[in-house]
Amino acid sequence: MKENKKTYWKGLEQLSNDPEFVKHADREFAELPSSLNDEGGASRRDFLKVMGFSLAAATLAACEAPVRKAIPYVNKPVDINPSIPNYYASTFASGGDYAAVVVKTREGRPIKIDGNDLSPINKGKVNAIVEASVLSLYDKQRLAGPMIGGAAAEWKAVDDQVKAKLASAGTIKIVANTILSPTTEKAIQDFGAAFGGVEVITYDPISNYGISKAAESFYGSAVIPSYHFDKAKTIVSFGADFLGTWISPIEFAAAYAKTRKISKEKAEMSRHYQFESNLSLTGANADYRTPIKPSQSGLAVLALYNALAGKAGVATVAAPKVEIANLDKAANDLWASKGASLVVSGSNDPNVQIVIYAINELLANNGATVDFSTPVYFRKGNDARMNQFVTELKGGQVGAVIFYNCNPVYDHARGAEIAEGIAKAKVSISTNGTLDETSSLVQIVAPDHHFLESWNDYQPKKGQYSLAQPTISPLFKTRQAQDSFLAWSGSATNYYDYLVANWNATLYPIAGNGVPFQEFWDRALFNGVVTLENLPTPVAPIGDATSAAAEVAKAYKADNAGVELVIYSKVGIGSGAFANIPWLQEMPDPITKATWDNYLTVSQKWATDNGVAMVEENTRKAQITVNGKSLIVPILVQPGQANGTFGLALGYGRTKAGRVANGVGVNAYDLLDATKGFVNFDITSGVEVAVTADTYKIARTQTHQTFMGRENVIQEATLAEYKTDASAGRYKPEIYKDGEFVKPSKISLWSGHKYSQHHWGLAIDMNSCIGCGACTVACQVENNVAVVGKQEVLNRREMAWIRIDRYYSSDAAADDLSGLEVASENPEVTFQPMMCQHCNNAPCETVCPVAATTHSSEGLNQMTYNRCVGTRYCANNCPYKVRRFNWFKYHDNKDFAGVNIAQNDDMGKMVLNPDVTVRSRGVIEKCSMCVQRIQAGKLTAKREKRKIQDGEVNVACAVACPTDALVFGDMNDPNSKVSQLLKIEESTSALKEVGEERAYHVLEEINVSPNVWYFTKIRNKEKNEA
Amino acid sequence: MQVTSSVRQPLVTGGKTYHDVTHDVARQVEGKATKLWFLAFLTAAGVLALGSIALLSTLWNGIGMWGLNKTVGWAWDITNFVWWVGIGHAGTLISAVLLLFRQKWRTSINRAAEAMTIFAVICAAMFPVIHMGRPWLGAYWALPLPNTFGSLWVNFNSPLLWDVFAISTYFSVSLVFWYIGLIPDFATIRDRATGLRKTIYGALSFGWDGAAKTWMRYESVSLILAGLATPLVLSVHTIVSFDFATSVIPGWHTTIFPPYFVAGAIFSGFAMVLTLMIVTRKVYKLEDYITIGHIELMNIVIIITGSIVGIAYITEFFIAWYSGVEAEQYAFINRATGPYWWAYWSMMTCNVISPQLFWFKKIRTSIAATFALSIVVNIGMWFERFVIIVTSLHRDYLPSSWAMFYPTWADVGVYLFTFGLFFTLFFLFAKFFPVINMAEVKSVLKSSSEKVHK
Repeated sequence: MKENKKTYWKGLEQLSNDPEFVKHADREFAELPSSLNDEGGASRRDFLKVMGFSLAAATLAACEAPVRKAIPYVNKPVDINPSIPNYYASTFASGGDYAAVVVKTREGRPIKIDGNDLSPINKGKVNAIVEASVLSLYDKQRLAGPMIGGAAAEWKAVDDQVKAKLASAGTIKIVANTILSPTTEKAIQDFGAAFGGVEVITYDPISNYGISKAAESFYGSAVIPSYHFDKAKTIVSFGADFLGTWISPIEFAAAYAKTRKISKEKAEMSRHYQFESNLSLTGANADYRTPIKPSQSGLAVLALYNALAGKAGVATVAAPKVEIANLDKAANDLWASKGASLVVSGSNDPNVQIVIYAINELLANNGATVDFSTPVYFRKGNDARMNQFVTELKGGQVGAVIFYNCNPVYDHARGAEIAEGIAKAKVSISTNGTLDETSSLVQIVAPDHHFLESWNDYQPKKGQYSLAQPTISPLFKTRQAQDSFLAWSGSATNYYDYLVANWNATLYPIAGNGVPFQEFWDRALFNGVVTLENLPTPVAPIGDATSAAAEVAKAYKADNAGVELVIYSKVGIGSGAFANIPWLQEMPDPITKATWDNYLTVSQKWATDNGVAMVEENTRKAQITVNGKSLIVPILVQPGQANGTFGLALGYGRTKAGRVANGVGVNAYDLLDATKGFVNFDITSGVEVAVTADTYKIARTQTHQTFMGRENVIQEATLAEYKTDASAGRYKPEIYKDGEFVKPSKISLWSGHKYSQHHWGLAIDMNSCIGCGACTVACQVENNVAVVGKQEVLNRREMAWIRIDRYYSSDAAADDLSGLEVASENPEVTFQPMMCQHCNNAPCETVCPVAATTHSSEGLNQMTYNRCVGTRYCANNCPYKVRRFNWFKYHDNKDFAGVNIAQNDDMGKMVLNPDVTVRSRGVIEKCSMCVQRIQAGKLTAKREKRKIQDGEVNVACAVACPTDALVFGDMNDPNSKVSQLLKIEESTSALKEVGEERAYHVLEEINVSPNVWYFTKIRNKEKNEA
Repeated sequence: MQVTSSVRQPLVTGGKTYHDVTHDVARQVEGKATKLWFLAFLTAAGVLALGSIALLSTLWNGIGMWGLNKTVGWAWDITNFVWWVGIGHAGTLISAVLLLFRQKWRTSINRAAEAMTIFAVICAAMFPVIHMGRPWLGAYWALPLPNTFGSLWVNFNSPLLWDVFAISTYFSVSLVFWYIGLIPDFATIRDRATGLRKTIYGALSFGWDGAAKTWMRYESVSLILAGLATPLVLSVHTIVSFDFATSVIPGWHTTIFPPYFVAGAIFSGFAMVLTLMIVTRKVYKLEDYITIGHIELMNIVIIITGSIVGIAYITEFFIAWYSGVEAEQYAFINRATGPYWWAYWSMMTCNVISPQLFWFKKIRTSIAATFALSIVVNIGMWFERFVIIVTSLHRDYLPSSWAMFYPTWADVGVYLFTFGLFFTLFFLFAKFFPVINMAEVKSVLKSSSEKVHK
């Protein structure tokens, strides 16, 4: 290359050779800011300053960085795979309620409780309380450790003090609710042995003492028999709410439903008579329901006895005459189904129960539907002993009292006296997990683990055992009560070893079947239940009913002048032990649809006479006085309430349950009568009710009571009609088009969907739905549905994805629209579970401006929360009104922290289902048909390279349903249960031809073409009458 | 060249000259703001501030601040929306449709009517945005914008989306039409002004030079815009009515809605124009431009549209009965006799019965009676929308979900906010913009003044 003589200049400065330029010409950056550029002390100091600041800033920023609470495992435990749930068999038992359960845990946290299929009692089903109990594990009101004299203490100090104090206390009494655990009983015995004997005093908040007491005098053994409702063709119940709250409602509901399911092949169902004062869940399902006063109930039982005795040709008993509608009819039906009938009574009066036994004897039901071979141990409470104990305690005759997981200060009729008596005992100890009404009064609290953190065994019935195992490491410094008993008795073994040893010694020899013990134990733990063959052991009456009948005739009146009070328990709240769970507080009562309150149920007639009108949520308060004790309660006008009677629920008015339940409602335990040797729930004298001037609002999720005669909503028929025509009661709308009447589905703007893979659907049998509401709580737990609190329920904004519509019949003519709004005095009741109908021609999908709700290729109407902008147009256009809007931010919001525990406090949040988004403010949500479960099931099937099996995926509501009223499945699979039920021909079309005559779509005439089908309600009545 | 019958009422009274016109209108803009104006403006701004508490509270806490519930998902929000959109109909109808029909009486009222339209549409458009659960997203997700969210697109089936197009089109066309009309008048003010005012109005008048060619273009643009705006007058409320008509809810699912809504909209729009004009003419002493004749003509429009609306109400009942659809029948019986009977009968009284009073010449030429009735009509029209929305929703198909709607303070506050906004804007307009279209009034002066000045 030729030498280039050209000179290139960096700039004009270089060209002019400016001295200023020359000075810094050698630097990379000639014009740096002087302070950093200059040499000397200043710049180094600045550098240090800047560095120091940066360091400080970085340190400060590091301090403020969010603390990550989820710490990844360093070594992954073998069983825990992120996002894969583990299931552990366990047992729920509280205050005489029992259910064998399977606990779903995710990443070590229990998040859902389902029934254990292997249990012969609850057969894979649960009720609302069991379902919701998982949240009580994460209750911040649980005690974090033991306490002495109201101050936190160490376990060692507790043990030392207890041992020292008990040694010199004198008589030691343990007060408990029914203890179902044989090993716990043994541990208590060991504990007693160390202190020269202790007495266990058992009571149950909801007592069934009368039944076992009656069995003692009638059959010679104080037990409660098993009842086989499934074998009964005629069922007569005197006030026993066996579907809702009586003894073993999950078991009874499932058995009862078996007799209520009908099909063309089995066009028979049981006939159910109910004689009761309050409209109970059971009464609501009865074919014939007669409102009676509790003061008449004994005489009604006698009248039935006499009617049957007449037929059997045995001597009748002397009884005052009483006019009870349907009683003779019931007697005839009972007699006709002798040996396959069942008469039960909810009364706690042993004399009444003796007559009931005698009736079942007359009907040869003993050994058939009344089963003494497998007595139940749920309610072993002894009211008489407890009553005596209270007197002793009050008299200062008790040296030491230990309250083993019970709260009698709140839930016993003489709670106030117990509270007074505790102070008189030298030593008072409680093992309750929270500082409740009782444990807050004792000297030492040694809190027990939550049942989901505990080892235990249970014997709910003779020959039936189940185990409880921890599903999470204890959250607090609590200790299993049995361990406490063992520790106090001086034993060094822990309860787990003790339990294993006890099974090895007692059950293994009988049930081991020759396998090594470890294998037997592992199997038992895996299954959760062990069931032994029970040989029928017939029992025969040892006495007769004459003297009891005479007592009944004396104690009951045919025509009591005064008003009467029937104290009952609710399906959702029960005894009140779990009242601090907001899911249960917000669960609408199956009958009244009220939440967050108890109230005085009054008859419509009484309300009219006393000038009380319930308009929407507005009502008045009343003062009820029972033998000097009075309470101010809101009034709820209840169709079906026997005139002259009032109902009031237990389980409310807690003062130390925790932030959710405190101050909700009034405590009705105070009004119970314990003077007759048993806890009497029927107060027939000394009751006064006066309406006060105070107004009140009761938060109900449904304020309109009747279905306005709308046949497109409720379709029903009688059994006789069904037998002649399987489609009896069906409303078949037809639309006139081109000269002929056609089915609404024949006219559509839409070209229709094709579902080539799956087509999910739900069939709901209104005949087996008893309205218990277990599905609603199951849905709430599964889908992280927010609790909104009383005020927001009053504002009609509850978030439930599935609700049970409860409709009363009306006496008004079909064209009397305002008359139709008023329910009959004693109405027929229909329950209709209602959730998103997943319409094939979904009105919500067309109106959403941003396509946030769309149709899936499997027939689901799906909601995309993060696309939703919240116009609520979909909710308005939903004919079923099942879409729910997030009016506020319900999570992490102090306004809802007191009620929406599961989405607000850091403990409560542990119960959330990680597979389901917690919805933000301003979006619509609704039933997704548990799409997360469908997806999980599909992925499992895909991984295993197979088609998904029917039953592999099930929606939470259907899983919980004790009566299998909801059946979910793939309607494209002709062999699925849902297809079989609906008699669907194989097809991939969205519009399935359904062969089942009972099946219908709600609002068929608008042809939104739902994927949810309802089966007509069939009543076993002579004629369709209210 | 138009020939005006001598028996016709003059459109401008008082023998106004061209200069008088300019002077009478422009002096309001040029003069100092009066105490009365300040009082009115501050009141409006105060209401706006008060209402904004409710609005901010709603935006901060959520829609739960309103009285809505699981059954009634729309109430005051959409009632107010439809009501304001309805009010916004008169302006364009007057300026566009009447322009096409060569109704010269429109000239002295079209400016204010159009301004009212624009402000009403602003108030209306606010509701679809704020009634959303997540307005910060909905405000732009409702538009068919190219995006990076994946293949997400708006749902063209949704009448709410049609609303977005209808309202935004209507608003932009009305705004352009109004502004084009303002340009010659701004130029007039500019020519009379000095200093800063001259600069501002100079900018606003887009360099208007008043040349014959400019006027020619102005006329053609006006005509084109009038042609564009006329179908919009019909389409906007038709589309708004589709929100209801295309749904499945009894009481909403009605094919009569489009004409019925359009008639109702014109009805309420004219009533609102009257309410405002009666006050403006009095305060600004414009009685010679907005004459009793104008008021009477507008009252006649009110009788006609009011009667159409009345017939529509009765037709709905007839069809409900005739259809044999149980749910539909119940919806209408419930309207008249259910818990919201008072809203229904308020609507019937205000909308159907009260405008019939305008058959009496004495009443329709009375300023006081017109003013009172114009307010009554708008109360009635608010109730009409409330009745359609709330009473249809609160008791639809499944009686289990039947519920009542009770408004909260925030419902009232947000409604007040729109009143504050509307009047604040209107008072600003009345002060700084010529309230009467000087150029157009001058064009009819020759043919329709009481005394012609050449």
